[in-house]
Amino acid sequence: MTLISGKKKERIDRLAELAARDDERGVSLWQEALRRLRRNPAAIVGAVVLGVFLVIAIVGPFLVPHAPEAQLWKGEVRENIGYIPGARAENWFGVDHIGRDEFSRMIVGARQTLLVGVVATMIGLAVGSLIGGIAGAAAGLGGRWGRAVDNVLMRFIDMLLAMPSLLLAISIAAILGASLTTVMIAVGTVSVPVFARLLRGSMIAQSNSDYVLAATSLGVRKPKIALAHVVPNSLAPVIVQATLTLATAIIEAAALSFLGLGNNDASIPEWGMMLADAQRYIDIAPRLAILPALGIIITALGFTLLGEAMREALDPKLRK
Amino acid sequence: MALLEVDDLSVTFARRGQRAVHAVDGVSFSVDAGEVVGLVGESGCGKSVTSLAIMGLLPKQPGLRVGGKAVFDGTDLLQLDDRSRRDIRGRDIAMIFQDPLSSLNPVVPIGLQVTEVLTRHRGMKGDVATKEAARLLDRVGIPDPTRRLKEYPHQLSGGMRQRALIAMAVACQPRLLIADEPTTALDVTIQAQILELLKDLVRDSGTALVMITHDLGVVAGMCDSINVLYGGRVVETARRRPLFREPRHPYTVGLLGSVPRLDAGRGERLNPIPGSVRDLLPWPDGCAFSPRCTRRLDACVGEPPELVLAHDGRSYRCVNPAPVPGLARAADAAPVPAPREEEK
Repeated sequence: MTLISGKKKERIDRLAELAARDDERGVSLWQEALRRLRRNPAAIVGAVVLGVFLVIAIVGPFLVPHAPEAQLWKGEVRENIGYIPGARAENWFGVDHIGRDEFSRMIVGARQTLLVGVVATMIGLAVGSLIGGIAGAAAGLGGRWGRAVDNVLMRFIDMLLAMPSLLLAISIAAILGASLTTVMIAVGTVSVPVFARLLRGSMIAQSNSDYVLAATSLGVRKPKIALAHVVPNSLAPVIVQATLTLATAIIEAAALSFLGLGNNDASIPEWGMMLADAQRYIDIAPRLAILPALGIIITALGFTLLGEAMREALDPKLRK
Repeated sequence: MALLEVDDLSVTFARRGQRAVHAVDGVSFSVDAGEVVGLVGESGCGKSVTSLAIMGLLPKQPGLRVGGKAVFDGTDLLQLDDRSRRDIRGRDIAMIFQDPLSSLNPVVPIGLQVTEVLTRHRGMKGDVATKEAARLLDRVGIPDPTRRLKEYPHQLSGGMRQRALIAMAVACQPRLLIADEPTTALDVTIQAQILELLKDLVRDSGTALVMITHDLGVVAGMCDSINVLYGGRVVETARRRPLFREPRHPYTVGLLGSVPRLDAGRGERLNPIPGSVRDLLPWPDGCAFSPRCTRRLDACVGEPPELVLAHDGRSYRCVNPAPVPGLARAADAAPVPAPREEEK
């Protein structure tokens, strides 16, 4: 006696097969990328470095042993005989040239560095993606107007790109006057062309893909295709670039501060400014230069490691 | 009047400083409701360009010229403006593509991609659209459709993906489906299932189907009538049985003869058509196939061969057609070499 007809049996087999692979349900591309990221040692090192940096930058300033601007040990600094107190129990990283606690300054400086890096990158990302997105969509729509819009926007971007980035940042900072906001705007502006070109190029590449053709063949309107299909697929390289830009932004911000174009409020420590101040004492207290430099290098390295790992994880060619 | 009447369709790509390429050169065929029409030929013969031209999906570029007519239900598709063309696409005419993985958006769940069509053409939103999408997936044989709606294309198997694409294409019950090599990217068992599904859809809803393929097995299993293309022109048109029984054009004969056969003796060589599509004579100079043709005459070169209308709606473009019974039959009748002894 046959209880199960062929069709029913087929269905049961399918269900069994489905149950077997139930665990991988609802895995989006991003989740899959995250899974691959976790298997990459470079990503883990980068993430740990950044995690520590983030905790220090966010929580640290509330826990510092001394106020970073207080010149508590000014009396002990003997510049004429070349003596600045070094590491000891109450000042872990020693004291700077006017008697401030170096450890507290490093920690508060981390917050400044993070703030500048993140805000500058956000400015670059927002403005750059807007310009690149409009240009990419216009190029995709085609027609005389589309090409014109694309052309005007991209020639403007080319102008920005033609100037060396640090020089451009210095010019902007010099025009707007030295302040923390200036540094953010200057560093952000410098990264605009990168984001714009990246998003536009990626959108144009995606416009030629099969799924855009398929959506077109189903009558989906062009603006909808641009927003729902092209943009989400073009974001991966932009996000990777944002992580990498954080590293350059931190370095560029430090460079601007070093040149005296950064934060003009001396009471708020900033690694670039600390580096500039330490120049004169590099022979008697080299740690005053080495510490902020190490801080800049390690955070920039952390962002770069994570960014590179993200690029690998999101690369569709490496997806199995 | 047929549902789709393609008349003297031509597509030319011209590049500055280069000779214009006639990708499609005066193709005519017609499709009735509920009929399956095949466009057959090897790569580069203009099959896909024909379908893209009918859909108006050829990339707009300077130097592209589309001529002729493609009349669908009384309107010439080639004369439509972009807006009305978009309204027709997906609603009245839909297309199924070759590679289901790249034809689905990888970062958007299947469900959204199906409901998108429903929203666009049938004004459905929210729960109603989701329910309808699930019903569509169920109809094309995807088990557990509600869950599948939330999944991403890379989580589905190749067959499932093609089913999902078909669901999107038939979402608005189009009157004409164009399937551009729908099974080429799939393995044979899945291929059979997908073809079966397409057959069901045609039978149940009376949809007309244009089947573009290079696979003669698919043609034999699916198509009611067949147009064989070579070098951008139709070289032979016939109903299925007559075409397979008595191919007249030497190219069709060659195509049929090149299919590997189970009953061929071991060690027997395959019979490819000599040369490749690149050994193409421009049509105005004579028969494009003549450089590769085994039945070539002097008359083949100089003038392009006219379309010869034969009995019962058949036609072929050849001055020296294969006799009836065709060459393929003659080859069959030839003594089959004795199977070799199994080597130990």
